[in-house]
Amino acid sequence: MGGRVCGWALRLAAGILSAAALTGCGEPVNNSRAAFVLIDISSDYAGELQKAQTLTNYLLANLESGDSLGIGFIDNSSFTERNIIARATFDHRPSVTTRQKREVRAQLDAFVQRFRVPSHHSDITGGVLLASDYLNETKAGQRYLFILSDLHEDLPPWLNRSVGVNLEAIEVIAVNVKRQRRDNNDPQAYRQRLAGWQQRVEESGGQWRVVNDLARLESAVVLR
Amino acid sequence: MSTDILYIWSSSPALSLAIWLVLIVTVLYLGRPHAHQLLRGTGRAVYGSARVAARSIRQLEQRVRERNRDVLLAMGREATEKAIEREFSRVHTLVARDLSQYPKLHRKLADTLQKVEADYHATTEDAPLAPAWAEVVDTLAALPRSGDPAMVKILDNIQEAVETSHQQTLAAYQKSSNERHRILNAMQPAWRALGTTMTKVQETITGLDERAKTIDRHMATYESMRKAEDKAVHALTASSVTQFFIASLVLVIAAFGGIINFHLIALPMSEMVGGASYIGSVRTSDIAALVIIMVEITMGLFLLEALQITRLFPMIGSLDDRMRKRMAIAAFTILVIFAAIEASLAYMRDLLALDREALAQSLAGAAIVEDKFRWVPSIGQLVLGFVLPFALAFVAIPLEAFVHSLRTVLGLVVVGALRTLRLAVRLGGGMANHLSKMLVNLYDIFVMVPLSIERLIKQYRAEAGQRRDDTAGEGRPSKAARRRQRNDEADDLAVDTREA
Repeated sequence: MGGRVCGWALRLAAGILSAAALTGCGEPVNNSRAAFVLIDISSDYAGELQKAQTLTNYLLANLESGDSLGIGFIDNSSFTERNIIARATFDHRPSVTTRQKREVRAQLDAFVQRFRVPSHHSDITGGVLLASDYLNETKAGQRYLFILSDLHEDLPPWLNRSVGVNLEAIEVIAVNVKRQRRDNNDPQAYRQRLAGWQQRVEESGGQWRVVNDLARLESAVVLR
Repeated sequence: MSTDILYIWSSSPALSLAIWLVLIVTVLYLGRPHAHQLLRGTGRAVYGSARVAARSIRQLEQRVRERNRDVLLAMGREATEKAIEREFSRVHTLVARDLSQYPKLHRKLADTLQKVEADYHATTEDAPLAPAWAEVVDTLAALPRSGDPAMVKILDNIQEAVETSHQQTLAAYQKSSNERHRILNAMQPAWRALGTTMTKVQETITGLDERAKTIDRHMATYESMRKAEDKAVHALTASSVTQFFIASLVLVIAAFGGIINFHLIALPMSEMVGGASYIGSVRTSDIAALVIIMVEITMGLFLLEALQITRLFPMIGSLDDRMRKRMAIAAFTILVIFAAIEASLAYMRDLLALDREALAQSLAGAAIVEDKFRWVPSIGQLVLGFVLPFALAFVAIPLEAFVHSLRTVLGLVVVGALRTLRLAVRLGGGMANHLSKMLVNLYDIFVMVPLSIERLIKQYRAEAGQRRDDTAGEGRPSKAARRRQRNDEADDLAVDTREA
């Protein structure tokens, strides 16, 4: 009788150990999130900087410890370190995370305050390249790229942007795509611009979404 | 494809259908005895199998019920033994505390009684003033004073002497009375002490009497359980079910307390183990908070076990007293440490929440408002963090009651389930039997035309046979046909009887 009980106990223990080993050996779930906000400061879009602050505040309120946030701007040539306004990977301690969030917000506020002259050109591809590099470096489980721009790319002649962009597993969200004056004359151009970017993003492996009203951002984009 | 089959006999669908109908009815008529046998046989087989299955389930149910009864009686006996043991322990305490001092009490009583008796003797009244004294005085006063002056003087002297003596005697008597009253007055505390001592003795004796009655009651219950009487089993079942529901209710309340405790420490735990770390899809900080709560409950369990309030672990109960005491101290110390940690975590949670709130306000563009009474919830959380672990520690008591009563309740549930299953199987078998009978009759409806023809032929033959019998005195159906009919009827009758 005792032997049988012992046998059962051993079998049960072996089962529990095997289950624990299987669970332990499984691929760990990556729950971290990373977001990058690209702000267009060209002359056509520079007036929308406040929208960028609103979006950043929303992201700061939603991101938690272990998540990453980067903020960059699009100007004549955007694929440089100077285009990054702020970046932070939030600490695992909530108290430090709160401090980092305050710092990020302060950096963006300082950038908006000292901003004076809009850029002549808008190198959106360069900004996207910069953001995708940042997002891929974070190795986060969920990656979001928010673009605040009219999506009208106006490259200087010396820039070569005919390179492939790796947007694999990145959700690109065009926020507040401002309609230009010439879009009023020809709405088809606006649609074509959006469709062109969608095609580019999807061909690069990313997902494309457009949210024009920031008030609907929370319902449209769920940061899981 | 199906329409092709329809037109196989003729291009006219009605004719073709009629031919098919005739063919089918003929085939059904020819296969009628076999079909009947198949249907009735299947019905009876299902019915028989269901009966066998129901009987097996009934036996199983009986076994489970007996086992439940044994378990219940064993638990009841154990509980009553404990209760009797506890009563004896109380009696022992009573005897050790009160009756051990009985010799002293007795001596005190005897001394008091002796003193009272002595005092009583001392208060014995002296003989009152002799009535002769008054008569002598009266006689002397009544004597005539007109005679010899010397005699008168002598008489006056005698009267004076007698009166003086009388006065002295009266004074002595009054003094003696006063002395007796004083002694009687002094006896009062002795009487009171005697009364108090007697009351004490009475209380002790009454207490012992009550304990003896309780023990008698427990012994009667124990005897009833030992004899495995139904009354005792019913009482134990009712008690177990009640205990189960009460324990469940308390455990649910404790679970809610645990949830509150969890939320109190989950956020600040992320400061220690990291807020970005996950085990599977669950935050490590959440798991750490849960572990802390579990450890607290376990420590409470060990503490109550070491204090012998609960008896979930026989190993702890069998340890010697010194070891148990050490274990209790260790468990209590760990519990206090954890409570202190929880209190600090709860306070930290408040600070973190405050910081987050400030950030949220600034992100929303609102001015940060300093709350005047912010310290009230802070202190509240601090105290709650310290108290909740101790409250959770007492979960061991309802847990023990739950575990013990769960066996009874599970047994009752299993018996109920088996009974329902048995009923369902019996019903299924009965229904299958009736269904087979219905199908036999339904089958006959399809072949009613050839059956009617057959009946007419039989009737014709029977009439012809009757006529022959009338002439020859014979004409019964064949033996085989009669036997078959009898068998069928007997089978149906047996099944109907069993169903009834």
